[in-house]
Amino acid sequence: MRDYSEEIRRITGINPRKCMRCGKCSAVCPAYEEMEYHPHQFVAMIERGAVEELMASRAIWNCLSCMACLERCPRSVEPSRLVEAARLMVIRQAGKNHLLPDEIPGLLDEELPQQALVSALRKYGK
Amino acid sequence: MVLSYYPGCTLKNKAAQLDRYARASLEALGITLEELPQWQCCGGVYPQVTDEIATRLSAVRALAEARDRTGTLVSVCSACHHVLKRTNEDLKRDETFRERANRYMQLDRPYEGETKVVHCLELLRDTVGFDNLKKAVVRPLTGQKVGAYYGCLLLRPGKQMQMDDPEDPRILEDFLRALGAEPVVYAMRNECCGGYVTLENKPLAQAKAQSVLDNAGALGAQCLVTACPLCKYNLTRNASGVPVVYFTELLAQALGLTEEG
Repeated sequence: MRDYSEEIRRITGINPRKCMRCGKCSAVCPAYEEMEYHPHQFVAMIERGAVEELMASRAIWNCLSCMACLERCPRSVEPSRLVEAARLMVIRQAGKNHLLPDEIPGLLDEELPQQALVSALRKYGK
Repeated sequence: MVLSYYPGCTLKNKAAQLDRYARASLEALGITLEELPQWQCCGGVYPQVTDEIATRLSAVRALAEARDRTGTLVSVCSACHHVLKRTNEDLKRDETFRERANRYMQLDRPYEGETKVVHCLELLRDTVGFDNLKKAVVRPLTGQKVGAYYGCLLLRPGKQMQMDDPEDPRILEDFLRALGAEPVVYAMRNECCGGYVTLENKPLAQAKAQSVLDNAGALGAQCLVTACPLCKYNLTRNASGVPVVYFTELLAQALGLTEEG
Protein backbone atom coordinates (compact mmCIF):
# COMPACT_ATOMS: atom_id res chain seq x y z
CA MET A 1 0.00 0.00 0.00
CA ARG A 2 1.14 3.49 -0.80
CA ASP A 3 2.65 5.29 2.18
CA TYR A 4 1.32 8.83 1.73
CA SER A 5 2.75 10.00 5.01
CA GLU A 6 6.26 9.01 4.00
CA GLU A 7 5.77 10.60 0.58
CA ILE A 8 4.64 13.89 2.13
CA ARG A 9 7.66 13.92 4.42
CA ARG A 10 9.90 13.29 1.45
CA ILE A 11 8.53 16.01 -0.86
CA THR A 12 8.33 18.63 1.87
CA GLY A 13 11.41 17.72 3.89
CA ILE A 14 9.27 18.30 6.99
CA ASN A 15 9.33 16.06 10.04
CA PRO A 16 5.85 16.39 11.60
CA ARG A 17 7.18 14.92 14.86
CA LYS A 18 8.85 18.25 15.53
CA CYS A 19 5.39 19.71 16.24
CA MET A 20 4.95 20.61 19.92
CA ARG A 21 1.15 21.01 19.65
CA CYS A 22 1.12 24.69 20.54
CA GLY A 23 -1.83 25.32 18.20
CA LYS A 24 -0.53 28.64 16.94
CA CYS A 25 -1.15 27.55 13.33
CA SER A 26 -4.83 26.94 13.96
CA ALA A 27 -5.15 30.10 16.03
CA VAL A 28 -3.98 32.27 13.12
CA CYS A 29 -5.64 30.34 10.27
CA PRO A 30 -8.12 32.60 8.42
CA ALA A 31 -9.99 29.56 7.03
CA TYR A 32 -10.24 27.77 10.40
CA GLU A 33 -14.04 27.79 10.49
CA GLU A 34 -14.29 26.26 7.02
CA MET A 35 -12.21 23.22 7.92
CA GLU A 36 -13.30 19.95 9.48
CA TYR A 37 -9.65 19.29 10.33
CA HIS A 38 -7.57 22.25 11.41
CA PRO A 39 -3.90 22.99 10.73
CA HIS A 40 -2.57 21.50 13.99
CA GLN A 41 -4.64 18.40 13.23
CA PHE A 42 -3.22 18.12 9.69
CA VAL A 43 0.20 17.82 11.22
CA ALA A 44 -0.91 15.11 13.67
CA MET A 45 -2.76 13.20 10.93
CA ILE A 46 0.28 13.15 8.70
CA GLU A 47 2.41 12.06 11.63
CA ARG A 48 0.16 9.12 12.47
CA GLY A 49 -0.45 8.16 8.83
CA ALA A 50 -4.11 9.20 8.54
CA VAL A 51 -3.43 10.98 5.25
CA GLU A 52 -6.31 9.46 3.29
CA GLU A 53 -8.82 11.09 5.67
CA LEU A 54 -7.09 14.37 5.11
CA MET A 55 -7.09 13.84 1.33
CA ALA A 56 -10.85 13.24 1.41
CA SER A 57 -11.52 16.40 3.43
CA ARG A 58 -12.91 19.77 2.32
CA ALA A 59 -10.31 21.41 4.54
CA ILE A 60 -7.42 21.00 2.12
CA TRP A 61 -9.28 22.91 -0.61
CA ASN A 62 -10.29 25.73 1.72
CA CYS A 63 -6.70 26.45 2.70
CA LEU A 64 -6.00 29.97 1.41
CA SER A 65 -2.25 29.34 0.95
CA CYS A 66 -1.67 32.57 2.90
CA MET A 67 1.28 31.09 4.81
CA ALA A 68 0.24 32.66 8.13
CA CYS A 69 0.74 29.25 9.80
CA LEU A 70 4.09 28.77 8.11
CA GLU A 71 5.39 32.18 9.18
CA ARG A 72 4.29 31.75 12.77
CA CYS A 73 5.21 28.10 13.41
CA PRO A 74 7.86 28.13 16.15
CA ARG A 75 9.09 24.64 15.17
CA SER A 76 9.35 25.09 11.36
CA VAL A 77 6.77 22.37 10.78
CA GLU A 78 5.09 24.72 8.30
CA PRO A 79 1.54 23.32 8.03
CA SER A 80 0.74 25.18 4.77
CA ARG A 81 3.37 23.10 3.01
CA LEU A 82 2.00 19.87 4.45
CA VAL A 83 -1.51 20.80 3.29
CA GLU A 84 -0.23 21.55 -0.18
CA ALA A 85 1.48 18.17 -0.24
CA ALA A 86 -1.82 16.52 0.77
CA ARG A 87 -3.58 18.32 -2.11
CA LEU A 88 -0.87 17.08 -4.46
CA MET A 89 -1.36 13.51 -3.23
CA VAL A 90 -4.91 13.88 -4.55
CA ILE A 91 -4.38 15.71 -7.83
CA ARG A 92 -1.34 13.70 -8.87
CA GLN A 93 -3.57 10.65 -9.18
CA ALA A 94 -4.96 9.90 -12.64
CA GLY A 95 -8.26 11.66 -13.29
CA LYS A 96 -8.24 13.50 -9.96
CA ASN A 97 -7.71 17.10 -11.02
CA HIS A 98 -9.80 19.26 -8.74
CA LEU A 99 -10.55 21.87 -11.40
CA LEU A 100 -11.10 20.97 -15.04
CA PRO A 101 -10.52 23.41 -17.90
CA ASP A 102 -14.11 22.79 -19.06
CA GLU A 103 -15.43 24.23 -15.79
CA ILE A 104 -13.62 27.53 -16.24
CA PRO A 105 -15.91 29.32 -18.73
CA GLY A 106 -18.75 29.03 -16.21
CA LEU A 107 -16.63 30.64 -13.50
CA LEU A 108 -15.47 33.69 -15.44
CA ASP A 109 -16.58 37.26 -14.98
CA GLU A 110 -15.33 40.29 -16.85
CA GLU A 111 -13.03 41.52 -14.07
CA LEU A 112 -11.47 38.20 -13.05
CA PRO A 113 -7.69 38.63 -13.34
CA GLN A 114 -5.68 36.12 -15.34
CA GLN A 115 -3.74 35.54 -12.13
CA ALA A 116 -6.82 33.91 -10.58
CA LEU A 117 -7.05 31.40 -13.42
CA VAL A 118 -3.40 30.45 -13.66
CA SER A 119 -3.23 30.15 -9.88
CA ALA A 120 -6.31 27.94 -9.75
CA LEU A 121 -4.97 25.69 -12.49
CA ARG A 122 -1.69 25.34 -10.61
CA LYS A 123 -3.34 24.80 -7.26
CA TYR A 124 -6.12 22.46 -8.34
CA GLY A 125 -4.66 20.53 -11.24
CA LYS A 126 -1.52 19.05 -12.69
CA MET B 1 19.66 53.16 -15.06
CA VAL B 2 18.17 50.29 -17.08
CA LEU B 3 16.81 47.23 -15.28
CA SER B 4 15.14 44.10 -16.62
CA TYR B 5 11.41 43.91 -16.12
CA TYR B 6 8.99 41.01 -15.78
CA PRO B 7 5.41 42.29 -16.14
CA GLY B 8 3.48 38.99 -15.86
CA CYS B 9 0.22 37.89 -17.44
CA THR B 10 -2.24 40.07 -15.56
CA LEU B 11 -0.32 43.31 -15.99
CA LYS B 12 -0.67 42.91 -19.73
CA ASN B 13 -4.42 42.77 -19.39
CA LYS B 14 -6.69 43.30 -16.36
CA ALA B 15 -4.08 45.15 -14.31
CA ALA B 16 -2.82 47.53 -16.99
CA GLN B 17 -2.68 50.43 -14.50
CA LEU B 18 -0.22 48.49 -12.40
CA ASP B 19 2.10 48.12 -15.39
CA ARG B 20 1.62 51.47 -17.14
CA TYR B 21 1.97 53.67 -14.06
CA ALA B 22 4.92 51.70 -12.68
CA ARG B 23 6.86 52.18 -15.92
CA ALA B 24 5.93 55.85 -16.29
CA SER B 25 6.71 56.66 -12.65
CA LEU B 26 10.04 54.88 -12.59
CA GLU B 27 11.02 56.52 -15.88
CA ALA B 28 10.30 59.90 -14.29
CA LEU B 29 12.53 58.86 -11.39
CA GLY B 30 15.41 57.90 -13.69
CA ILE B 31 14.90 54.14 -14.00
CA THR B 32 14.00 52.52 -17.30
CA LEU B 33 12.28 49.14 -17.11
CA GLU B 34 13.32 46.97 -20.05
CA GLU B 35 10.82 44.20 -20.56
CA LEU B 36 12.34 40.75 -21.02
CA PRO B 37 11.77 39.84 -24.67
CA GLN B 38 10.29 36.37 -24.24
CA TRP B 39 9.01 35.98 -20.73
CA GLN B 40 6.49 33.28 -19.89
CA CYS B 41 3.79 33.26 -17.22
CA CYS B 42 5.22 32.48 -13.77
CA GLY B 43 2.20 30.31 -12.94
CA GLY B 44 0.98 32.64 -10.21
CA VAL B 45 1.68 30.15 -7.44
CA TYR B 46 4.98 29.12 -5.95
CA PRO B 47 4.91 25.34 -5.42
CA GLN B 48 5.59 24.61 -1.77
CA VAL B 49 7.04 21.12 -2.26
CA THR B 50 10.57 20.33 -3.36
CA ASP B 51 9.87 17.87 -6.19
CA GLU B 52 7.96 20.37 -8.36
CA ILE B 53 10.60 21.24 -10.94
CA ALA B 54 8.77 22.04 -14.19
CA THR B 55 6.40 24.47 -12.46
CA ARG B 56 9.38 26.66 -11.49
CA LEU B 57 11.13 26.63 -14.87
CA SER B 58 9.49 29.70 -16.40
CA ALA B 59 10.80 31.66 -13.42
CA VAL B 60 14.27 30.15 -13.88
CA ARG B 61 14.19 31.16 -17.53
CA ALA B 62 13.32 34.77 -16.71
CA LEU B 63 15.92 34.93 -13.95
CA ALA B 64 18.68 33.60 -16.21
CA GLU B 65 17.70 35.99 -19.00
CA ALA B 66 17.82 38.94 -16.59
CA ARG B 67 21.28 37.91 -15.38
CA ASP B 68 22.61 38.07 -18.91
CA ARG B 69 21.00 41.46 -19.59
CA THR B 70 21.08 43.78 -16.58
CA GLY B 71 21.63 41.60 -13.51
CA THR B 72 18.43 42.78 -11.85
CA LEU B 73 14.85 41.61 -12.37
CA VAL B 74 12.06 43.96 -11.35
CA SER B 75 8.42 43.02 -11.03
CA VAL B 76 5.37 44.86 -9.75
CA CYS B 77 2.78 42.11 -9.28
CA SER B 78 2.94 40.53 -5.80
CA ALA B 79 2.45 37.02 -7.17
CA CYS B 80 5.14 37.28 -9.88
CA HIS B 81 7.57 38.76 -7.41
CA HIS B 82 6.82 35.98 -4.94
CA VAL B 83 7.42 33.20 -7.48
CA LEU B 84 10.55 34.81 -8.93
CA LYS B 85 12.09 35.63 -5.56
CA ARG B 86 11.48 32.23 -4.01
CA THR B 87 12.61 30.32 -7.08
CA ASN B 88 15.78 32.38 -7.06
CA GLU B 89 16.34 31.61 -3.37
CA ASP B 90 15.81 27.91 -4.16
CA LEU B 91 18.44 28.08 -6.88
CA LYS B 92 20.91 29.49 -4.39
CA ARG B 93 20.18 27.03 -1.58
CA ASP B 94 18.77 23.79 -2.98
CA GLU B 95 21.50 21.91 -4.79
CA THR B 96 19.17 19.22 -6.16
CA PHE B 97 16.78 21.76 -7.63
CA ARG B 98 19.63 23.82 -9.07
CA GLU B 99 21.09 20.79 -10.76
CA ARG B 100 17.78 19.53 -12.13
CA ALA B 101 16.62 22.95 -13.31
CA ASN B 102 19.90 23.54 -15.12
CA ARG B 103 19.67 20.14 -16.76
CA TYR B 104 16.35 21.19 -18.26
CA MET B 105 17.50 24.65 -19.23
CA GLN B 106 20.75 23.72 -21.01
CA LEU B 107 22.06 27.28 -20.74
CA ASP B 108 25.46 28.34 -22.03
CA ARG B 109 26.36 29.15 -18.45
CA PRO B 110 24.55 27.44 -15.53
CA TYR B 111 22.26 29.70 -13.56
CA GLU B 112 22.83 29.70 -9.82
CA GLY B 113 20.67 32.51 -8.50
CA GLU B 114 22.93 35.44 -9.41
CA THR B 115 20.14 37.83 -10.44
CA LYS B 116 18.94 40.39 -7.94
CA VAL B 117 15.15 40.04 -7.69
CA VAL B 118 13.49 43.30 -6.73
CA HIS B 119 9.91 44.40 -6.24
CA CYS B 120 9.00 47.89 -7.46
CA LEU B 121 8.41 49.00 -3.85
CA GLU B 122 11.90 47.84 -2.85
CA LEU B 123 13.31 49.72 -5.82
CA LEU B 124 11.57 52.89 -4.63
CA ARG B 125 12.81 52.41 -1.07
CA ASP B 126 16.36 51.15 -1.65
CA THR B 127 17.44 52.56 -5.02
CA VAL B 128 15.43 55.74 -5.53
CA GLY B 129 15.00 56.34 -1.80
CA PHE B 130 11.74 57.52 -0.23
CA ASP B 131 13.36 60.90 0.56
CA ASN B 132 14.11 61.42 -3.12
CA LEU B 133 10.66 60.20 -4.07
CA LYS B 134 9.19 62.79 -1.73
CA LYS B 135 11.21 65.51 -3.45
CA ALA B 136 9.90 64.39 -6.85
CA VAL B 137 6.25 64.62 -5.79
CA VAL B 138 4.47 67.49 -7.53
CA ARG B 139 0.92 66.77 -6.41
CA PRO B 140 1.17 65.57 -2.80
CA LEU B 141 -1.75 63.51 -1.54
CA THR B 142 -2.15 65.84 1.41
CA GLY B 143 -4.99 64.99 3.76
CA GLN B 144 -5.73 61.62 2.13
CA LYS B 145 -6.04 58.79 4.63
CA VAL B 146 -4.83 55.65 2.89
CA GLY B 147 -4.52 52.12 4.22
CA ALA B 148 -1.72 49.86 3.00
CA TYR B 149 -2.93 46.38 2.10
CA TYR B 150 0.03 44.00 2.05
CA GLY B 151 -1.79 40.69 1.83
CA CYS B 152 0.31 37.53 1.96
CA LEU B 153 2.65 37.25 -0.98
CA LEU B 154 4.90 40.28 -0.51
CA LEU B 155 5.78 39.44 3.09
CA ARG B 156 5.60 35.72 3.77
CA PRO B 157 7.72 33.73 4.35
CA GLY B 158 9.76 36.61 5.77
CA LYS B 159 13.03 34.68 5.66
CA GLN B 160 12.72 34.15 1.91
CA MET B 161 10.95 37.31 0.78
CA GLN B 162 13.25 39.59 2.84
CA MET B 163 11.20 42.67 1.99
CA ASP B 164 10.06 43.76 5.40
CA ASP B 165 9.05 42.55 8.86
CA PRO B 166 6.20 40.16 8.04
CA GLU B 167 4.36 40.96 11.28
CA ASP B 168 4.91 44.71 11.41
CA PRO B 169 5.73 45.95 7.90
CA ARG B 170 6.24 49.59 7.05
CA ILE B 171 7.39 49.81 3.43
CA LEU B 172 3.94 50.74 2.09
CA GLU B 173 3.26 53.20 4.92
CA ASP B 174 6.62 54.88 4.29
CA PHE B 175 5.79 54.96 0.59
CA LEU B 176 2.44 56.62 1.31
CA ARG B 177 4.13 59.19 3.58
CA ALA B 178 6.57 60.02 0.78
CA LEU B 179 3.57 60.77 -1.45
CA GLY B 180 2.20 63.11 1.19
CA ALA B 181 -0.68 60.86 2.26
CA GLU B 182 -1.51 59.89 5.81
CA PRO B 183 -1.15 56.11 6.24
CA VAL B 184 -3.83 54.34 8.26
CA VAL B 185 -2.49 51.36 10.21
CA TYR B 186 -5.13 48.67 10.72
CA ALA B 187 -4.96 45.09 11.99
CA MET B 188 -5.92 43.26 8.80
CA ARG B 189 -3.29 44.86 6.57
CA ASN B 190 -1.15 41.70 6.45
CA GLU B 191 -3.95 39.15 6.78
CA CYS B 192 -5.19 37.16 3.80
CA CYS B 193 -8.09 38.52 1.71
CA GLY B 194 -9.09 35.00 0.65
CA GLY B 195 -8.53 35.69 -3.03
CA TYR B 196 -7.17 32.24 -3.86
CA VAL B 197 -10.50 30.55 -3.16
CA THR B 198 -12.64 32.93 -5.21
CA LEU B 199 -13.28 30.12 -7.74
CA GLU B 200 -13.46 27.38 -5.12
CA ASN B 201 -15.43 28.83 -2.20
CA LYS B 202 -16.78 32.27 -3.01
CA PRO B 203 -18.58 32.81 0.33
CA LEU B 204 -15.26 32.32 2.14
CA ALA B 205 -13.49 34.76 -0.22
CA GLN B 206 -16.31 37.26 0.33
CA ALA B 207 -16.18 36.97 4.12
CA LYS B 208 -12.41 37.42 4.27
CA ALA B 209 -12.42 40.37 1.88
CA GLN B 210 -15.22 42.08 3.78
CA SER B 211 -13.38 41.76 7.08
CA VAL B 212 -10.35 43.54 5.57
CA LEU B 213 -12.46 46.42 4.23
CA ASP B 214 -14.52 46.73 7.42
CA ASN B 215 -11.42 46.91 9.58
CA ALA B 216 -9.74 49.50 7.34
CA GLY B 217 -12.95 51.53 7.08
CA ALA B 218 -13.49 51.52 10.85
CA LEU B 219 -10.05 53.06 11.31
CA GLY B 220 -10.80 55.84 8.86
CA ALA B 221 -9.11 54.69 5.65
CA GLN B 222 -10.61 56.43 2.61
CA CYS B 223 -8.88 54.11 0.20
CA LEU B 224 -6.55 51.08 0.22
CA VAL B 225 -3.50 50.40 -1.93
CA THR B 226 -2.30 46.98 -3.08
CA ALA B 227 0.28 45.48 -5.43
CA CYS B 228 -1.73 42.32 -6.10
CA PRO B 229 -4.31 42.04 -8.91
CA LEU B 230 -6.04 39.12 -7.20
CA CYS B 231 -6.35 41.06 -3.92
CA LYS B 232 -7.73 44.04 -5.82
CA TYR B 233 -10.27 41.89 -7.60
CA ASN B 234 -11.33 40.10 -4.45
CA LEU B 235 -11.55 43.23 -2.31
CA THR B 236 -13.56 45.16 -4.89
CA ARG B 237 -15.67 42.44 -6.49
CA ASN B 238 -16.37 40.20 -3.49
CA ALA B 239 -16.81 42.91 -0.85
CA SER B 240 -17.96 46.50 -0.55
CA GLY B 241 -16.74 49.53 1.33
CA VAL B 242 -13.39 51.30 1.07
CA PRO B 243 -12.20 51.57 -2.57
CA VAL B 244 -8.99 49.77 -3.53
CA VAL B 245 -6.42 51.03 -6.05
CA TYR B 246 -2.96 49.92 -7.15
CA PHE B 247 -0.08 51.61 -5.36
CA THR B 248 1.23 52.65 -8.77
CA GLU B 249 -1.92 54.70 -9.43
CA LEU B 250 -1.28 56.91 -6.39
CA LEU B 251 2.41 57.05 -7.29
CA ALA B 252 1.73 58.31 -10.82
CA GLN B 253 -0.89 60.73 -9.53
CA ALA B 254 1.52 62.26 -6.97
CA LEU B 255 4.23 62.54 -9.62
CA GLY B 256 1.80 64.41 -11.87
CA LEU B 257 1.75 61.70 -14.52
CA THR B 258 -1.98 61.06 -14.69
CA GLU B 259 -4.45 63.07 -16.72
CA GLU B 260 -6.85 63.68 -13.84
CA GLY B 261 -3.83 64.36 -11.56
